[in-house]
Amino acid sequence: MADDTFTKQDEPVEEFEREPVPERAWLGFSSFVGQYAGEHTAGTELMIGPLFIASGVSATAVVGGLFAGNLLAVLSWVFLTAPIAVRARMTLYFQLEKICGRRLVTAYNLANGVMFCFLAGAMVTVNATAAGLWFDIAMPGLNDSYPNSLGWVVTVLVMGVLMTVVAAYGYKVVARIANIAAPWMVLVFIAYGVVAARQLGIESVGEFWPKAQELIWTGGAPLAGRTKFTFWHVMFFAWFCNMAMHIGMADLSVFRYARKSWYAVGTAAGMYLGHFIAWLSASILYAQQLHVTPGNTDVLPGPLAYNSVGIAGVLCVIVAGWTTANPTIYRAGLAFQAISPRSSRYRVTLFTGALATVAGMFPAIAMKLLDFVALYGLVLMPMGAVIFVDFWLAGKFGFERNYAEKSGVPINWAAAIAWVATLAACLAVVNMGGMQIYFIGLPGWFAAAALYIAMSRVLQRKEVRL
Amino acid sequence: MKRVARVVSFAALAGTILPPVLFFAGMADIETMKRWMLIAAIAWFAATPIWMDRK
Repeated sequence: MADDTFTKQDEPVEEFEREPVPERAWLGFSSFVGQYAGEHTAGTELMIGPLFIASGVSATAVVGGLFAGNLLAVLSWVFLTAPIAVRARMTLYFQLEKICGRRLVTAYNLANGVMFCFLAGAMVTVNATAAGLWFDIAMPGLNDSYPNSLGWVVTVLVMGVLMTVVAAYGYKVVARIANIAAPWMVLVFIAYGVVAARQLGIESVGEFWPKAQELIWTGGAPLAGRTKFTFWHVMFFAWFCNMAMHIGMADLSVFRYARKSWYAVGTAAGMYLGHFIAWLSASILYAQQLHVTPGNTDVLPGPLAYNSVGIAGVLCVIVAGWTTANPTIYRAGLAFQAISPRSSRYRVTLFTGALATVAGMFPAIAMKLLDFVALYGLVLMPMGAVIFVDFWLAGKFGFERNYAEKSGVPINWAAAIAWVATLAACLAVVNMGGMQIYFIGLPGWFAAAALYIAMSRVLQRKEVRL
Repeated sequence: MKRVARVVSFAALAGTILPPVLFFAGMADIETMKRWMLIAAIAWFAATPIWMDRK
């Protein structure tokens, strides 16, 4: 019975999963502007802005780095993702299945689902910092990895259960609230920065830049346990925080509906509203907290928002967290369901939400969000290189496109080796201190592309000889 | 009805961003600003569902 209650009316529209999107379903430019503006003004933006300050970034580095990094992200969507999306018009999963084979896609789905769960967990953490305000519970500090009070565990549990049940039963209701809330949320995010700037003693627009260098992004030493951030860290972080989506090709599923590939320019709305203005605003909130209470390094979006604009600010944290956790839990559920197609969507979503809730109890993910986001992109990125090479370069390098589909193999070992070996090599380089995780994605993408070309040539030739 | 709701929504957006701007300019105190922002939030969520995103 429970399964019957989760019927088509509660599910987001999931059409054309195994066929190209027909012309009648193509969408206009404004659809993409709205979608990206809403999705990238999330509760987790309130974690990222403060973490830049904790990393001792300077004003020039943060503003310049965010401008350049977001521009590179938009260009990656425009020139790498969208051109393939509007030509093939297939979901990421269907395209991967044709190239990699069903079994490898299953492994990809597992990795994707787990990463989505952790990301949703960070969103639950953010919401718990807002809900916890009313109950005066002990909240986690910047360097806490484990739950630090029973009150915290109970608050996360309640928020997580609520979010999960709503994601399972009322996806469309929350999706509609997300659309409705988006313009208001953007303005509240701007308000955070405006109010906190005044609280810092900035009294005119002309005073902003000199005082920002002196009071907000001072460029000093990072807080204990944090990596020092320069222009390059900020630029690469802004570029690669959505690495899975653009050069990792996850947004093939989104842009397959676009009439023209240049509609990917609409991602700029999300990048410059969410990953520029919202991050800078959240930074100013945290700088104000450090200014008033220098020993208080806690990054707690709920109290930060409350101290700035009151209850409306806390409401914004809850709405922003909830409306982005909702599709994240749902997408994680879809990824897991692809592994076990016979399981009901309802049960899988509940399972996914439970995992996210447990993850949310551990503040380590939210407090180390910069590192987690970089890792998340890194795990999924090599498959984007595989798709890019397979689509554009297979003929030039003399191997078959969509090899798994044509040969009927369950695993295309060239793609499997490109994925696993690239990821292992990148993580090894990071662990040995050869390169920080924020930068490794770029050489990693080229390594995955080169490996896929080389392995495809070797393995496909071998197959033909056999 | 929809036209009225639209007007209320746009007034609510103005009520969300103007109080912080006035506070920044030193023309409003923080408690007044917070109160107006809350009223604007309630107005936005009450009025906007009436006209936005209805199929």
